[in-house]
Amino acid sequence: MNNSGVRPVSVWFRSVMLSLMTVSLLFSVSAYAEPLRWASDGTSNVPYTFHDPSNESRMEGFEYDIMQEIGRRLGRETEFVQNDWDGLIPGLQRGFYDMVIDGIEMTPEHTQALDFSKPYYVTSERIVVRRDQAGLDSFERLGGHTVGTLKDTLAERMLRDRPDVTIRSYDEESNAFADLKAGRLDAILLDGPIALYYGESDPELRLVGPPIGHLSYGIAFRQGGNVALRQRVDAALAEMTQDGTLHRILARWNLWTPEMAEWSGDHSEPMIEPVEWTRYLAATAPSRGLKARAERYIGFLPLIFRGALMTLAVSACAMVLAVGLGMFLALVRRYGPRWSAILAGVYIEVVRGTPLLIQILFIFYGLPAIGIRLSPFVAGVLGLGLNYAAYEAENYRAGLQSVARGQTEAATALNMTHFQALRYVVVPQAFRVVVPVMTNDFISLLKDSSLVSIITLTELSQTYVRLSSTYFDYFGTGLMVGAAYLLLGLPFVRLAKIAEKRLSVGERRSSADH
Amino acid sequence: MSDHVQSAGPDISGPAFSVETVLRADNISKSFDGQPVLRNVSLSVERGELVSIIGPSGCGKSTFLRCLNFLEIPDSGSVTIADDMILRDGGAWRARDEALAHSLRAHVGMVFQSFNLFPHRTVLENVMLAPRVVKRTSVAVAEVEARDLLEKVGLGAAATRYPGTLSGGQQQRAAIARALAMRPEVMLYDEPTSALDPRMSEEVLGVMRALDAEGMTQIVVTHDLRFARAASDRVAFMEGGEIVEIDDPEKMYEFPRDSRTRHFLSSLRR
Repeated sequence: MNNSGVRPVSVWFRSVMLSLMTVSLLFSVSAYAEPLRWASDGTSNVPYTFHDPSNESRMEGFEYDIMQEIGRRLGRETEFVQNDWDGLIPGLQRGFYDMVIDGIEMTPEHTQALDFSKPYYVTSERIVVRRDQAGLDSFERLGGHTVGTLKDTLAERMLRDRPDVTIRSYDEESNAFADLKAGRLDAILLDGPIALYYGESDPELRLVGPPIGHLSYGIAFRQGGNVALRQRVDAALAEMTQDGTLHRILARWNLWTPEMAEWSGDHSEPMIEPVEWTRYLAATAPSRGLKARAERYIGFLPLIFRGALMTLAVSACAMVLAVGLGMFLALVRRYGPRWSAILAGVYIEVVRGTPLLIQILFIFYGLPAIGIRLSPFVAGVLGLGLNYAAYEAENYRAGLQSVARGQTEAATALNMTHFQALRYVVVPQAFRVVVPVMTNDFISLLKDSSLVSIITLTELSQTYVRLSSTYFDYFGTGLMVGAAYLLLGLPFVRLAKIAEKRLSVGERRSSADH
Repeated sequence: MSDHVQSAGPDISGPAFSVETVLRADNISKSFDGQPVLRNVSLSVERGELVSIIGPSGCGKSTFLRCLNFLEIPDSGSVTIADDMILRDGGAWRARDEALAHSLRAHVGMVFQSFNLFPHRTVLENVMLAPRVVKRTSVAVAEVEARDLLEKVGLGAAATRYPGTLSGGQQQRAAIARALAMRPEVMLYDEPTSALDPRMSEEVLGVMRALDAEGMTQIVVTHDLRFARAASDRVAFMEGGEIVEIDDPEKMYEFPRDSRTRHFLSSLRR
């Protein structure tokens, strides 16, 4: 009977923690299942590994084909893991997957930090310009112009040595090509495969000049990691080079080059149709006519639907966590023992005082350093939920304070315990005050959930980046994804309106008291 | 005295006080921030009595009333209601004391100046809530009893309305029904009509008179000197944290013994 206000709260807390731990345990176990896990950034990554434009749920690409072949030769299932370009190497070092294959150049800097397989592709840098542009057909002639390239590439380093060139470095190649077409760039210097697929496939652009420089791609492994696996991959690659399998894969993608012939010593010319290249051209050709456009957009719908579902799932789970933990923090802060109130206060200040982006990255990439590995979904839910809990806690505290003292006194005089007074009298009234704010919070959480795309979750905004960069259509897909966010938020806007209406009725009523 | 601390049985005929005494406060003292508000206040009330406490604002009469059910914790003194007693000797208020207060409050109902109805529940739910939650009475039983009580205070038709839609007089009567639902032996009223106009006050006072006729023991802190005179069995006059005088209302109003009482009554009569 005594102190009955405290016990149920700690029981909630214990069960919440327990279920959180169980969930994280489940996910960390499943992260170590059998298949050969390899990672790449499938966004804006033609022709390496990307989403088939004619069927967005399917992956393809020449590196994808190479990985499938390696898996076959090693007798192991392969599993593709999507990760952002910036997160590929950190993820590898954290052991989220066995290897990374994403056009990673075997530069001295890279070979110091990573273990590489033998090269699987050698190529050079190429220049892409607008079709009407003349005179930029060699590296020397780029001087005095604005040239785009990708971050951390050989091309970027070559351009850095040219003080007469204005460099613009991009994360996504599709953005660079969009800027070239929009006239923000005069030329682009990039790896051969990218130049071919983005430049040559586009009627407004063209490849000019001879190949520049020389670079090799290798499959990256964690340094000092699984040496046996790397050796078996090397053996498979050597076989594939010997028996012409690699030649056939590359030729189908129209990527067999003189450099490759030189490097492999394979000067044969099997008559292989560049079927993948042709298919890609057909799939991405600008659609003529409204009907074709409409059909393409309708084709996006399942993908956007799936993205929206993920956004909703992450947001809803995070909100449940935020509401539960926020309520707990608010009650502890107002009614708990002094030390716990201080702890709750510190938590709230720390979480509100640091950026959500950092918190999410920390949970996903930082926690494995102390042995806590979370799946992207769980990490995303935790990041968003723990963050919003701090804001919810402050809302609820204000709500609890808004309930008049006389209410608690009346409950006490009616012989309710402290806990019963909270449960039946104070919290329900605080809740009514807090609901409009809460629905607003949920809507902004829905939008903040776009941040979890950086930890490999394919939700709505990630879907947008992927679709728009495949088709160079930022406008149409942008409108569609925006509409999806609006539709997701709409029920909650409506809920907020209803709640506000009810609350204003309550205010009018209580003003009649006086 | 200490024998009674533990006594929980039906034997209320201990030697310390008569069978008829239902509430007794001994030497209650209380200070706020070192400022004494109550100085050794004692009062004992017989079963069925209606005792009014009057006095100027700030004299400590509301604090004294709130000490009787431990909404305010006295620094020292003791309160005995029915067969439960709590003795305070200046120590900290512990979980064990809270448990004692819990059983003592089972005998006491309280009505506040600002009604303090629960605005998120209907009048009927307001009356049913405490029996349901505290006594675990079944919904069916609690509802029948609640409707009877609302009928009794003249609110049978307002059962499903929310407190905010009622007049002040109706709200206060609902608050009385809510307190009665816990079947108290003693009702405490903290300025029950101060927030009401004369007509609404009359509705509330009418209910209190009816309860008096039924034999309910009631202690009323009030500024309504006419009601105190007309309805009370005894009137206590408080000033400066003390009960200056307690007597039959007619005697006190006509022949106040203490000069402070005389001064208070005459200043208000002018």
